[in-house]
Amino acid sequence: MEQLSLLTGEVVLALSAVMLLLVGAFGGARGVSIVRYVSIAALVVFAFAGFIINGQGEAFEGAFVNDDFSHYVKALIGLTAAATLWFSRNWFKSEKLDQFEYSILMLFAVLGMGVMVSAGNLLSMYVGMEMQALSLYVMAAFNRDSLRASEAGLKYFVLGALSSGMLLYGMSLVYGFTGTLSFAQIGAVISSQDHMSAGIVAGLVFMLAGLAFKISAAPFHMWTPDVYEGAPTPVTGFFAGAPKLAALALITRLITGPFAEAQQSWQQVLIVLAVMSMVIGAFGALTQTNIKRLLAYSSIANMGYALVALAAGGASGVSGMLVFMSVYLVAIIGIFAAILQMRTREGALEGIVDLAGLSKSNLPLSLIITTLMFSLAGIPFFMGFFGKWFAFAPAFNSGLTWLVVIALLSSVIGAFYYLRVIKVIWFDDQAHEFVKAPRELAVLSSVSALLLFPVLMMPFVLAPTRALIEAAANSLF
Amino acid sequence: MFKGVPILSIITFIPALAAVFLMLMSRLARPEGKTQIEKNAPKVALVTTLAVLGLSLLLVMGFDNATAEYQFVEEFAWLGGGIKYRMGVDGISVLFILLTAFLTPLCIISSAKSVKSRMLEYMVAFLILETLMIGVFCALDMVLFYVFFEGVLLPMFIIIGVWGGKDKVYAAYKFFLYTLLGSVLMLAAMLWLYYYSGQILGAGNATTNIAELAKMDIPAGAQTWLWLAFFASFAVKMPMWPVHTWLPDAHVQAPTAGSVILAGILLKLGGYGFIRFSIPMFPDASLYFAPFIFWLSIIGIIYTSLVAYRQTDMKKLIAYSSVAHMGFVTMGIFALNMQGMQGAIFQMISHGIVSGALFFAVGVIYERMHTREIAFYGGIVKYMPMYAAVFMLFTMANVGLPGTSGFVGEILTMVGAYQVNPWIAFGAAFGMILSAVYALHLYREVIFGEIENDKLEGMKDLTGREIVIMAPLVVMTIVLGVYPSLITDITAASVDALLAGVNAKLAGG
Repeated sequence: MEQLSLLTGEVVLALSAVMLLLVGAFGGARGVSIVRYVSIAALVVFAFAGFIINGQGEAFEGAFVNDDFSHYVKALIGLTAAATLWFSRNWFKSEKLDQFEYSILMLFAVLGMGVMVSAGNLLSMYVGMEMQALSLYVMAAFNRDSLRASEAGLKYFVLGALSSGMLLYGMSLVYGFTGTLSFAQIGAVISSQDHMSAGIVAGLVFMLAGLAFKISAAPFHMWTPDVYEGAPTPVTGFFAGAPKLAALALITRLITGPFAEAQQSWQQVLIVLAVMSMVIGAFGALTQTNIKRLLAYSSIANMGYALVALAAGGASGVSGMLVFMSVYLVAIIGIFAAILQMRTREGALEGIVDLAGLSKSNLPLSLIITTLMFSLAGIPFFMGFFGKWFAFAPAFNSGLTWLVVIALLSSVIGAFYYLRVIKVIWFDDQAHEFVKAPRELAVLSSVSALLLFPVLMMPFVLAPTRALIEAAANSLF
Repeated sequence: MFKGVPILSIITFIPALAAVFLMLMSRLARPEGKTQIEKNAPKVALVTTLAVLGLSLLLVMGFDNATAEYQFVEEFAWLGGGIKYRMGVDGISVLFILLTAFLTPLCIISSAKSVKSRMLEYMVAFLILETLMIGVFCALDMVLFYVFFEGVLLPMFIIIGVWGGKDKVYAAYKFFLYTLLGSVLMLAAMLWLYYYSGQILGAGNATTNIAELAKMDIPAGAQTWLWLAFFASFAVKMPMWPVHTWLPDAHVQAPTAGSVILAGILLKLGGYGFIRFSIPMFPDASLYFAPFIFWLSIIGIIYTSLVAYRQTDMKKLIAYSSVAHMGFVTMGIFALNMQGMQGAIFQMISHGIVSGALFFAVGVIYERMHTREIAFYGGIVKYMPMYAAVFMLFTMANVGLPGTSGFVGEILTMVGAYQVNPWIAFGAAFGMILSAVYALHLYREVIFGEIENDKLEGMKDLTGREIVIMAPLVVMTIVLGVYPSLITDITAASVDALLAGVNAKLAGG
């Protein structure tokens, strides 16, 4: 029981998912919205459970770890998922797809992420990952009558299964060469060896490759644009946010825990992943015309920036990654809440040109998108810049100067395509008049845009968040 | 004066608050009230910017000339990790604040009539721009400086892109990406400095305080790279030959007031950056690269003067002449002596006034005829005698005629450069002759001669609004030309201390 109390957040999620399944099955039409709002509540509880109830420690002989790091990451994941679920409402209603299973899949996915973030051995790590991955496959194909969505779901599933295979193979190698599943003992075995055996290194590389699939880091990014484009827009918004952070958190755990002694090995892998992601993300986005595809490449590039911070290693690297990802998640929620407002009487729109002349018809939305785009581009005055500052600064400390230079240059290229969106909004002639946005989209997008103004948010949000992040990063060392 | 009052923050953020106020008003207003607000937006903006001007004048009056210390310093916790919100001015920056506060109301007055669409947004963009520009000169923290320095791009991008001329989108992009590319390299250098300060002062004490960083001794090998990274940013901003090509495009496409701000303030950010960062932080590298800068400056002065002579578009001609004048500034700064540095600062202030005035002057006839082709005009002195006189004064100031402000800066920078290398001063003097060639060419073609174009018949002379804009510029041009101590007295102590610090470092290293 004592051990179970560490899992309060996860237990809440699991129980509410099971119960809501019944409510949904027998609740009829009204059940759908009950399920949605209770799910949002459960996700919020999950987000704060760590800080309030869970406490710290290990459960089940180290299979499940709760520390400041997992608390902070879970809070972000929970809030992001809750926001995603909230802004999904209108899209699914308008597309006549409003089914309760969606909310429940989200709960299971987040439950899997919770286990991933707290994983303390190879098994719990794999269970968590598969749990979230399977939910995500279904969510991608949720619009099952749409050819694009089914294609996206299938692509995601096949490639996801491949990545799981690689991950499993890597795990089996590590297990075979160390003789243990526990992270702590793997670390002990590695530090007792003078030269790390080649099997462990190979296993580590396979595991990182499998995880790179999950965060869509190049060269394992091929699925991203297609899945982002094909999946329902709110689902894309979810993909771009929480699962990325969960997988990054898992990478962080691996490289600071069991493989802390193997910095030589994983640093090289992360650097390669980071450089390729940044460059491919920056150049790939240049020619996109669909805003979801654009954001797919943008998220590839952003994962590259996060990996720059991780590659630096040390507590400052981890805290840099967390700062960067926090800012990124805020922007992603806002940008998808804004994209979901692109809807005329005929239906939802996804083209960048459809935003043309928005500043004339809808000034607030244009200001919001402009803010978000400038922030993603990392232009100073917006949080995106500070996210990059804290992500790149540690890399200097580790002597990765040229990596930072590549990162900065690719963010200049990135600025070009973010600017194109702004250009279309402000300089072009008007194309569409959007229907009035539902309240939750307006609220979410404006809150997220406001959060990206560091001057305004400084005393209330920034300082306490920084303290949490510092504690989170230090808890791993 | 201003004890305990965060006067710099107030001056900096008043325009931004006014911008927020305007936007909120237009959001809350009913549809019929919107046009009312749109109509009154310039008035609100004008009152705000005049208030900023008044406060800046008080600031300069309250400024103590005798000390080189930073004054009116404010410091608050900001981002953590040694990055603080730190504002303050010294003799070098205080005048640029005044220059910004001086030019912006004139821009507002001129735009109130010339801007045809989306007045409210235009005023909002200008007010935010003013906040950012003043912020650059107040910032005493590297990160804060960078935030303002880069932030300036955003409203300027929108101003060129929305209210600009025919190829506005191309120009806006070129302007934005060119300058952004330059500044990310500077950002890399700033990150390095941040970590280096952590190594020197202990990991917990890493700082981005500009004054602290200027005191640090940085190894000569690292200085070279850092200097080049900062150079990439400031040289583009300046702009120095050969990275000046964004400027003519941006100028030609920008609306009149945009050009004035671009030439008057934004170009000065580069020079200010050299003085604030490159020279005090990397003195060895500055000395090492000084000949390189000299040659770039001289090539820039002569080449762009020749290019200016061949232009058919008035704005482009003035844009190229700006590049030439900025060549004098870089030359003066890197002479690393009192006259050169003082002259460079003077030249920047003077060029801010004179080139701003020239762009206003072009705007005056552009609004009447909607073309800037030099060949279109000719002989307009017949209908616009007052305009001809005003334009004459600014042309002469641009050439550097004694008695105008343009002369002082150019002669001082040349005196400074002469002490280092007489040939450089000779080249610059040759550039002055060329500047007379293109400026007088422009003047003769536009103002004098017979009227050959029927459309010019009956052009109206300066209106009341235009006189209001021109009068302060005329006064300042002459006053600074006759009594330059107004500026040099304020800058002297700070420049002295700066050079003393540099020389001490050079002697020690």
